Amino acid sequence: MIEMNNIAVRCEGVTKTYGSGSTEVHALRGIDLEVRKGELMMLVGPSGSGKTTLISIIAGVLDRDGGECEVFGSDFNEMNSRERALYRSQNVGFVFQLFNLIPALTAAENAAAPLMIRGLKRREALDRACEVLDRVGLGDRTRSLPSELSGGQLQRVVIARAIVHNPRLIVCDEPTSALDHETGHKVMELLHNVAIGIDRVLIVVTHDARIFEFASRIASMDDGHIMQVVNSHHDLEQKKEN
Amino acid sequence: MNFIALKMLIGDRAKYLGIIFGLAFASLLITQQMAIFLGLMTRTYGFLTDTPQPDIWVVDPKVQYIDDLKPLRETDVLRVRGVEGVAWAVRLYKGLLKARLPNGTFQNCIVVGLDDETLIGGPPVILEGELSNLRHNDAIIVDNVGADGKLANVTPDGRRIPLRIGDTMELNDHRAIVAGICRVTRTFQSQPVVYTTYSRATVFAPRERKLMSFVLVKANPGYDLSELCQRIRKTTGLAAYTKDEIKTITVRYYMKYTGIPVNFGITVILGFIVGVAIAGQTFYNFTQDNIRYFGTLKAMGASDFMLLKMVLLQAAMVGGIGYGMGVGAASTFSFLSGRTELSFCMPWQLLVASAVAIALICIISSFLSMWRIVKLEPAIVFKT
Ligand SMILES: Nc1ncnc2c1ncn2[C@@H]1O[C@H](COP(=O)(O)OP(=O)(O)OP(=O)(O)O)[C@@H](O)[C@H]1O
Ligand SMILES: [Mg+2]
Repeated sequence: MIEMNNIAVRCEGVTKTYGSGSTEVHALRGIDLEVRKGELMMLVGPSGSGKTTLISIIAGVLDRDGGECEVFGSDFNEMNSRERALYRSQNVGFVFQLFNLIPALTAAENAAAPLMIRGLKRREALDRACEVLDRVGLGDRTRSLPSELSGGQLQRVVIARAIVHNPRLIVCDEPTSALDHETGHKVMELLHNVAIGIDRVLIVVTHDARIFEFASRIASMDDGHIMQVVNSHHDLEQKKEN
Repeated sequence: MNFIALKMLIGDRAKYLGIIFGLAFASLLITQQMAIFLGLMTRTYGFLTDTPQPDIWVVDPKVQYIDDLKPLRETDVLRVRGVEGVAWAVRLYKGLLKARLPNGTFQNCIVVGLDDETLIGGPPVILEGELSNLRHNDAIIVDNVGADGKLANVTPDGRRIPLRIGDTMELNDHRAIVAGICRVTRTFQSQPVVYTTYSRATVFAPRERKLMSFVLVKANPGYDLSELCQRIRKTTGLAAYTKDEIKTITVRYYMKYTGIPVNFGITVILGFIVGVAIAGQTFYNFTQDNIRYFGTLKAMGASDFMLLKMVLLQAAMVGGIGYGMGVGAASTFSFLSGRTELSFCMPWQLLVASAVAIALICIISSFLSMWRIVKLEPAIVFKT
């Protein structure tokens, strides 16, 4: 029982197929994966192996075709779309490769969006967003528009937006691949420092071997399967050599 | 969220202004065309507006609108006077007569002949001279637009000398002396209007067996007007209408037998379509350009309801501004053209009607966008 309560995300035999007939793509062919509370789980694998598809299903923005998937004891398949939206607004934070920051909004307004979605008053939401921006080192850029910020700063705004509402699950798709290596490393370090929590799970999809060091565990995928789950990137390399 | 919606909209300045101009244009076109249409319709009963004294107009039963002149017998006025409840009944002549101007050209004029004793039915505003001047020999009162325009004397070198008190002209080969200048509501045909007495009008007019156009009736206090009309109809066999009734049949006649409503209707519909086309397309493009951000909000947990509210708010904002600009432009236009041949009439009902039209345009325009957003898969946020 204790072991079970420690599990935040549990996937069993998850399948997903896009399209039908001749255009059919089996993106996930039966995924078994468990992510524990407090973990930063990295998902690695070649392009097209199904990493984005898997985190989309875990984050509840995409329907699975088969198998089981529970996130903090809840199953998105048992919710209607309104309940799912509500669940996401309370429990999920997102970090995107291309930021997806609204160009017309300032850093603080962008970071405050999840709070406004949850119905907080604008003033209150902006105050909270400014506090979080301060934590990610952008306390002096709260009024800047995305067009006035560098890539690293943009990703820090995105991280602020992902944690501002204190979600239990944060999914990140290639958070560093639009950044140069040094900036990417710094951003990952920041994410590691501000986002990890005892009751929280981070799932980070990445190609970037230089950030493997921040992972609690690393799952490698290929062609819709989880090939292996290792405890550190050293294990990953060792097993590859074998 | 409202604030995010508005900032998103205003942030895309080019599209924002594009949508507003589309809506402003549609609103201008719709409001202005309807205003001109209503203005023209009020002109159809301009003569009624200028002749407010009678409660009831008695005419030939075949008359279909106020300018449809079908003469009555002279004795009819006496028969109407005999009906119970009639306080007074007077004759009125109205006809189209040829005026010969000093330079030899001819101009058709509307000639109104007033009851010799009472002069009831005279012009609403007298600018120069006075109504009783009509009692002088050969006296007429002409309207100022006619006096300055169509009846003005054009000298050989092209100068226009307005008709003034004391000037003479010929009406149907009879001498007439201008004894006053008045102002009348612009008529539908825009001909000069000449007032004179009934007996003089019948001298001016070509000889015919029947000449009297209307009997104007005032009811005794306390009599129900429609009952009195009934009674006049029954006892005289003539048609009798209250002011409002004859106004209504006149407007109805013009609506039915002239192409005017259809022509204006087509322009209004075109304005509507252009509005939907420009605003709708630009609005949809705006949504499409921002679909990634709508998707991001959706992924972060914004419900469809919230997003639709955002779209509706955006539509309401551009709609409100576009409507205001269009109506403002139409009002300015109407103000500037106040002294020209154009007719404008902008009652509040018209403003409500064009507001409804613009609101419809906005709803139709945002419909596609809303549909796009409802169908939007939040999973697109991970697409690069
Ligand atoms: N919406 C879609 N419609 C059809 N096929 C899709 C769709 N999304 C993904 N796929 C296909 O599913 C497979 C898995 O895609 P996915 O995006 O999950 O891979 P990935 O591991 O994230 O790849 P990358 O590293 O390039 O981002 C690919 O073959 C892809 O072409
Ligand atoms: Mg991917």
